[in-house]
Amino acid sequence: MTPVLLYALTGLGLFSLGLYALIVHAHLLRKILALNVMGSGVFLVLGGLARRVPQGAPDPVPQAMVITGIVVAVAATALALVLMLRVRAATGRTVLPDRQSD
Amino acid sequence: MEQTTIALTWGVVLILLPLAGAMLAFLFRRVATLIGIGTAVATSFTAVALARAVIMDGTLHHAVGGWGAPLGIDLRADGLSVLMLLMTAAVGLAISLYAPAYFRDESRKAEQFWPLWLFLWTGLNALFLSADIFNLYVTLELLGLAAVALTALPGRADALTGAMRYLLATLLGSLLYLLGVALLYHGFGSVDIAILAVRVEPSPVVWAALGLMSTGLLLKTALFPLHFWLPPAHASAPAPVSALLSALVVKASFYILLRLWLEIFGTLGEGVDTLFGLLGAVAILWGSLQALRQTRLKLLIAYSTVAQLGYLFLAFPLAVTAGATAWSAVAYLALSHALAKAAMFLAAGNLLRFGGHDRIADLDRVVQRLPLTTGAFALAGVSIMGLPPSGGFIGKWLLLETALAQGRWGLAAVMILGGLLAAGYIFKVLGHAFTEAPETHEPIEVPASMEWAALLLAMGAVLLGFLAVPALSLIGIGDPFGASEVMP
Amino acid sequence: MHDKTARLTTDEYTQVAPVVRLVIALLVSAVAAGLAYAVSSLPLVTTGLQEAVAEQMAQSGVSHPVTAVLLNFRGYDTLLEMGVLLLALVGVWSLGSAPSSREPPPGAVLEFLTRFFAPLMILIAGYLLWAGAHAPGGAFQAGAVLGASGVLLLLSGWHLPASLAGWPLRLTLVAGLAVFAAVAAGVMWTGASLLEYPPQWAGGLILLIEAAATLSIGATLAALFLGGRPEDSP
Repeated sequence: MTPVLLYALTGLGLFSLGLYALIVHAHLLRKILALNVMGSGVFLVLGGLARRVPQGAPDPVPQAMVITGIVVAVAATALALVLMLRVRAATGRTVLPDRQSD
Repeated sequence: MEQTTIALTWGVVLILLPLAGAMLAFLFRRVATLIGIGTAVATSFTAVALARAVIMDGTLHHAVGGWGAPLGIDLRADGLSVLMLLMTAAVGLAISLYAPAYFRDESRKAEQFWPLWLFLWTGLNALFLSADIFNLYVTLELLGLAAVALTALPGRADALTGAMRYLLATLLGSLLYLLGVALLYHGFGSVDIAILAVRVEPSPVVWAALGLMSTGLLLKTALFPLHFWLPPAHASAPAPVSALLSALVVKASFYILLRLWLEIFGTLGEGVDTLFGLLGAVAILWGSLQALRQTRLKLLIAYSTVAQLGYLFLAFPLAVTAGATAWSAVAYLALSHALAKAAMFLAAGNLLRFGGHDRIADLDRVVQRLPLTTGAFALAGVSIMGLPPSGGFIGKWLLLETALAQGRWGLAAVMILGGLLAAGYIFKVLGHAFTEAPETHEPIEVPASMEWAALLLAMGAVLLGFLAVPALSLIGIGDPFGASEVMP
Repeated sequence: MHDKTARLTTDEYTQVAPVVRLVIALLVSAVAAGLAYAVSSLPLVTTGLQEAVAEQMAQSGVSHPVTAVLLNFRGYDTLLEMGVLLLALVGVWSLGSAPSSREPPPGAVLEFLTRFFAPLMILIAGYLLWAGAHAPGGAFQAGAVLGASGVLLLLSGWHLPASLAGWPLRLTLVAGLAVFAAVAAGVMWTGASLLEYPPQWAGGLILLIEAAATLSIGATLAALFLGGRPEDSP
């Protein structure tokens, strides 16, 4: 088990845990946190596998992608959190109402 | 296929123009509406200019930064991209002419609408021109966040919860897609679609990426059973926003799926095309049945979107042997659905403004009092049902022909049944438009621009039926569907 | 009247029955296993785009490869991503005005540390911006530190003066994206592609873009923390 593989598998583990939490938990804050954990997992996979270069500094392109991804994730999380607060203010609860039966 | 490096300047303008408009509308709040309309008109003209350039010179490429893939990002405009861009321009222009009257009494909402909508348009244009899968991720996020914020604009509880559900679904879809991008990059050393098309070979990494990216994009395109977020979001958004969501935003993720399928995954996905076709068939039947059950107009139209999107996925199994015909039919269907569905939602917005509600059973003789709007709804319905002479007819006819030629009786039956069910829910609405409601009410006047925007879009959907030949030849520029002709 | 402070019971935190939870866990584990298998099948050594970047570094205008990729080779991604950040702010502002702060005045420790740290953080942000050309750093890193200093100030009870909450704030927020887009389009004037910096000016243009971006990102992150339109902005 090389360090690179360890990073990548940890990233996948985070991704899966986040996915489970997103589906199963009802509280909106937990769902948003789950998405963040999933995002961290993806970034770990992207960045971790960049270290497979034979010599020199790791591949810079995935690192730049991770930076871009982090900014996008921050933007999305900010919007999600404020929307969650508005949902709570409007409905009194921080869970989504049961979907209309379809 | 011509390659000119400094070409596609119109494409660059097409991306930067709405971006500039968004920033200006954010800065100059008092004149946001003027800036918005001006940007919309300019962007539409730019799209037409780009179309002309592609028709004359073939596929155009642009290496951003001058570096070229795999180091840099490439933009590419072929017939399919241009079709999508023209679709965006047509619907976008109509929305931009509808919105000022719609938000007339809510100046703050109007100020907030324009920057968000122009960011959305930037995302759409950038998406249809991009040839880089990571760049597509960033455009998808631009699209998704703008769409969510627009959905939440009314501030009512149903709009906020619909937007929240939409946001969670779209973020999940993006993350699934991004993990797929990560795997493809680390497996094959590039995120450029053309380069990946050459380097990709069947392997666990490609299968994993296919699964992840397809699931993410299916979630964003609301294909059954991942459609749960669409009806609440599209129904509770403001009418112009619902039109955008159903007409354009869901088509964007479908476009990406189509590109990836055609260029990278197509030859590797035995079995996957059958799955897509099956889910599409179920979506048609399920969505249409649910639409029949609805008592509120906007929910009915939203479920109709779920059903119509199913048609797009029928091309996957059909294209295995019929390649270009099936894909062209689907692109054509996407275009006519965009015009027709946008017209329907705008018409629903008019009815909502007029009566203060959108209960189908209580539509009070609107055929006499809002003839333009009812006409728009009826014409749009013609295209949705697939009746001649409309764009919807051409698309569905091509698909049906292909299915019958291949002996796929099941798919053909589903298509015909879908058309009958569509007729059912369209006529349900139109039937009530003629009757008097139990309690009459004081009608609120609907501005002419709102009625005409809806009607012009609907007429466009029908006129598409007469433009089949030029449209299909436009789609074929650059032979985007050629890859699927070569089967192992 | 709904008691908003009541904690949800465990059953309300999760919305599915235990059996369904188990099924979902099994499905997710299966997916994870498949992905793990795919990742383990990747070759252990590969160069990716490292060599392609190294070859072109001399023309990029900076000497740190990640900054070169972020601001030059794949600068178009960065441009759109700054659009996403501004869009998130516009979205947050469209959802309502910032909740009025009912917080008690900050304690002595917070107040002292804020006055001590905030200027230091701004200084560090400036350094990170400059260092980005040759070491890890750059606009986003500097902007994040700047945003954090803004958050610290907000936490200690500082408010943006009303005179700055209108135009100056909006201009600062838009400046990064505007400068980036202007440079990206401006270089096309001489017949080049989008974002194709003339090699002799590449370093200077990148620094210009990063400086504007740092200010914008810092302001945007601090404004996002507020959670809505500033009170003084109509």
